[in-house]
This record gives sequence, structure tokens and C-alpha cells, in this order.
Amino acid sequence: MKKIEVIIKPFKLEDVKDALSKIGVPGMTVYEVKGFGRQKGHTEIYRGSEYTVDFLPKLKLEVVLPDHLVEAAIQAIGAAARTGKIGDGKIFLLPVEQAWRIRTGECGDQAL
Amino acid sequence: MNNLPKYILAIALGLLVGGAALAADTPASSPMEKAIAHMATMRVGLDTIWVMVAGILVFFMNTGFGCVESGLCRQKNTVNILAKNFIVFAIASLSFYVIGWGLMFGNGNALFGTSGLFCVSGADNSPSTGDAYQGVYKAIAWAGVPLWAKFFFQLAFAGTAATIVSGAVAERIKFSSFLIFSFILAALFYPVTGHWIWGGGWLAAKGFWDFAGSTVVHSVGGWAALAGVIALGPRVGKFGKDGKVHPIPGHNMTNVFLGVFILWVGWFGFNPGSTMAVGNGSLVAHVFVTTNMAAATGALSAMMIAWWLLGKPDFSMIANGCLAGLVAITAPCAFVSVAASLVIGLVAGALVVLAVIGFDKAKLDDPVGALSVHLVNGIWGTLALGLFAKDSVQPGTTGNGLFNGGGMTLLLHQFIGVVAVGAFTFIGASVVWFALKKLMGIRVTPEEETEGLDVGEHGNEAYPDFLTRAPGSRHS
Repeated sequence: MKKIEVIIKPFKLEDVKDALSKIGVPGMTVYEVKGFGRQKGHTEIYRGSEYTVDFLPKLKLEVVLPDHLVEAAIQAIGAAARTGKIGDGKIFLLPVEQAWRIRTGECGDQAL
Repeated sequence: MNNLPKYILAIALGLLVGGAALAADTPASSPMEKAIAHMATMRVGLDTIWVMVAGILVFFMNTGFGCVESGLCRQKNTVNILAKNFIVFAIASLSFYVIGWGLMFGNGNALFGTSGLFCVSGADNSPSTGDAYQGVYKAIAWAGVPLWAKFFFQLAFAGTAATIVSGAVAERIKFSSFLIFSFILAALFYPVTGHWIWGGGWLAAKGFWDFAGSTVVHSVGGWAALAGVIALGPRVGKFGKDGKVHPIPGHNMTNVFLGVFILWVGWFGFNPGSTMAVGNGSLVAHVFVTTNMAAATGALSAMMIAWWLLGKPDFSMIANGCLAGLVAITAPCAFVSVAASLVIGLVAGALVVLAVIGFDKAKLDDPVGALSVHLVNGIWGTLALGLFAKDSVQPGTTGNGLFNGGGMTLLLHQFIGVVAVGAFTFIGASVVWFALKKLMGIRVTPEEETEGLDVGEHGNEAYPDFLTRAPGSRHS
């Protein structure tokens, strides 16, 4: 069982969600986040004075999935979230020890 | 529905009989005299409706100010700004009733009214005008409407002057000291300079003209606000140690949009309503159009100047430009041609952008641009009257200004008025602000300012379910 954490451009959410659904990923969690990488921020002007916006709005997805879907999921996310321009985001892969479904008490892959 | 004509007939008959009964109270005897008396009553009624409707529009401008100011400030201070703009009309209502009206319009000396001073209690036989008027509010006896119509309309103006201060001192002033200052402004400063100009005082006698209040209302509010801005100092974080200006963006441009449109509508009461009579409609219509045109060119020129100087057409500047045009046309709206109103607005829109940048450079922190709009353009509009006044627009009033062959006389009188009103209001307001600072403090603690005045002053939040602090946002 693995967890994928993905940072993407906000407008790419629909594409990434559709791509993951297509390969059989049943669910995911999304956060609105702000941050920067090599892209850095940009400058804006308000009433004549310039200021820098260091943290840009991004979305962070968390998906926990069975091992056999990991490869396909990473391929799907990469294809769906890519624009080719700087700031497309990152994918992180983490191990997960166990998962439980609260309603039924099921655990393991069945709980995902 | 078949009975409709009968009803109309019955109502018409009723009106006739009722009208005859009313007319029977007066000594008029012949049918012609009765008809004339009836017409006179109807004319007063018509004028009164116009004055009250215009007064409602001016009253509603408080909504506009509340929207603009809250939109241009941060969300953590929204409740505080709304509360100030809300309560300030209640305060002005009371103080203008208790003494403001008497000081402004009561018969008296060149500096202030002395008769019928308290609670609008002096003798008055309005709506009689001219030689038929008997009472102690002679300066406004030219308006042929009942006393309480005059009072309500003028009260709405006093409320506007008081609410101008709110935006300039926003995001750091203590609610309690703002209340006290507003009371003093509407009870004392506004009526005294108002008496000089509209109450038969020395500036009116000198030949200073201000149709609807570029100086009487807007400059006065602006000078009082400037004194407050100096007494308070800038908001935490506005100016860096290196002297760099850190902009503090407003939180809701939809509010700004709504507020400016409401104010634009309100100005159709503010300026055309200052005729205080419908007449044959031509002056009201003229003032409507000059008012609108100056707002339009003000918005356009602010947009172009911002685009050119700052790289992009900043919406907050466009909005300020529209208000700048409206403030500037307020004094001359009834004395200049429509073509002149275009130029007056054009200059106003450019002035407001330069003034916003200039006040920032001077380290005077005005979160909403109230000084640039009301003070700078109140002065510009008053002087513009001396430049663009055209005798043929309203013969027998201002005469011609400089650009219409009238020479420097009118411009000089306008200049004297600007300086005198400015000196009195700025010095007087500074004394009050610094006295309040000594007595009770005028500024919230730095901790409260950082956390927001909504919770600190009122225990409320404007948007309790929102994430109020975006991660890493340096302005929260």
C-alpha cells in the first residue's frame, strides 16, 4: 500500500481526477495550498506600489492506493498535469503501513 | 375592471371638493385665485418630494462609503468599518439636530449662527420665501420647502462630511474616539464653515461659490481626515524601515464596485438635489448631466493615467477616479457648461492617481484614498468653478470665470475660501485629535491592529467561516 502526494496547478484538478478514476483509483483528498519551487513568485502592483507574491496557489492531492496501481497512477498523473511550463508541480511516493475503513472496520486494500 | 372609470371619476371629484375645502381656509375668493393658491401648494409639494427623494439618495451614499471602504481594507477590519459607517449617520443626525443646524443656518454674524441655535427650535414660516419669510433661518429661506425638508436634506450632507473621515483613519483607530470626533465634526466644524458659505457668512458675502459642497462637505471631511491621519500615524507594516511602501491590498473588489456605483447614484441626489426645487426642470437636468459627465471622464482619465504610469489599469484607481470626478464637479455643477464638466472630471481623474502615489510618498497612510478623492478634488472642484464658471448657465450668480473672460476675481475668491476653510478645519480638527490622543488614546494596540479590529473592537468577525489567514500571506 502506497500514498501518492501530488502538487499540481489548480486548473489541472479535473484532468488529474479523471485520469485517476479511469485507471480505477477509488478516492482522493484535495487541499488548497500555497508554495513555491524553482518557479518562485511574481510581482503585482496595488495602487502604485509593487509587491511580491512569494507563495502561489496550488492544489495538493493525496491518494492512497494498492501497490499494483502505483505505476499506472504516476503515469496518469504525469500525463494529465503536465503543461510543459515551469510550475507544473511534483509527485511524491510514500509507503503506508495500514488502512482501515471506519464504518465497517475492514482493513488492508479492501479499506481503500 | 369595468368600474375603473367610475373610480377615477370619483377620485377626481373628491380631489376637486377636497381642493376647494382647502382653498376655503385662505382668504382667496374668486375661482381664479383659488386655482392659483392651489397651484402654489402643489408647487411646494412637488419641490418637497424632490428634496426628500434627493435626501434619500444622499442618505444612501453611506451604504456606498461603507462598501468602498470595507472593500479597500483587509477582511479582519470589515465589521469595524461597517460599524463606523453605520453609526456615523446616527451620530450626525443627533449632533446636527441639537446644534449643527442652528450654527449653520441660524441668523447670526459672519462666522456662525446665533438664533434658533438648539434643536431647530427657532421661528420659521417655511415654505414662505423671500420677503414673505419670517424666521431665524433666513440664509436658506430661498428654498420654498417646509423646514423639516430643508433639515433632512442638509442633515444628509452633514452625515456625508462625517463619514469621509472613516476611510482615511481605517484599520487602526479606536472606535470610541472615532465616535467622539464624528460628533464634534458634525456639531461644530462642518456647521461653522458651512455658515460661512451657505449660512449667510463672510465667504458668501465675499462672492465665494460652492453649489453642492466640494468645499463645504468634501474638503471639510478631507481636512479633518488629514489631521486624523497625521495624528494616528500609518498602519503597522505600511512603510518599511528603508522607507519602502508596502501596499496592503483591499480584500473585496466586488464591494468597491458596488460602493462606487451606489455613490455615483447618490450623487444624482447630492448635486441636482441642491437646487432644492424642481422649477421647470432645466437646472435639475443640467446638473444631472454635468455630474454624470465629470464622473465618466474622471473614471476614464484615472484609468488611462494608471495604465500609463503603473503599467496596468488598477481597478481601485478607476473607482477612485470616478469619485474624484464627482467630488470635483460638486461645487461647479450648476455654474459650468457640460463641456467644462468633461474637462473638470478629466483633471480630477489624473489628480487622484497622482495624489494616491504622492500621499504614499509623503508617508501619509490613507487606506482608501479618501484624501486624494475628497480633499484634493474638493479643492480642485472649488477652484475649477473660478476657472470654468459661465454666466449664461445660471445668469446673475457666479458671473464668468477666468476661462470665460471673467478675469481673476472669482478664482481669487474661490482660492480665499479654500485656504480659509482648510486652515480652520485642519487646525481645529488637529486640536481635537491631539486632545483625544492625550485624554483617551486614539489608536488601538499594535496587538489588536495585527489581530484585526473586528474582534478587538466589536467581538465580531465579518466572515467567520472563511480561512482568514492564507498560508504565507505577509499582509495578514
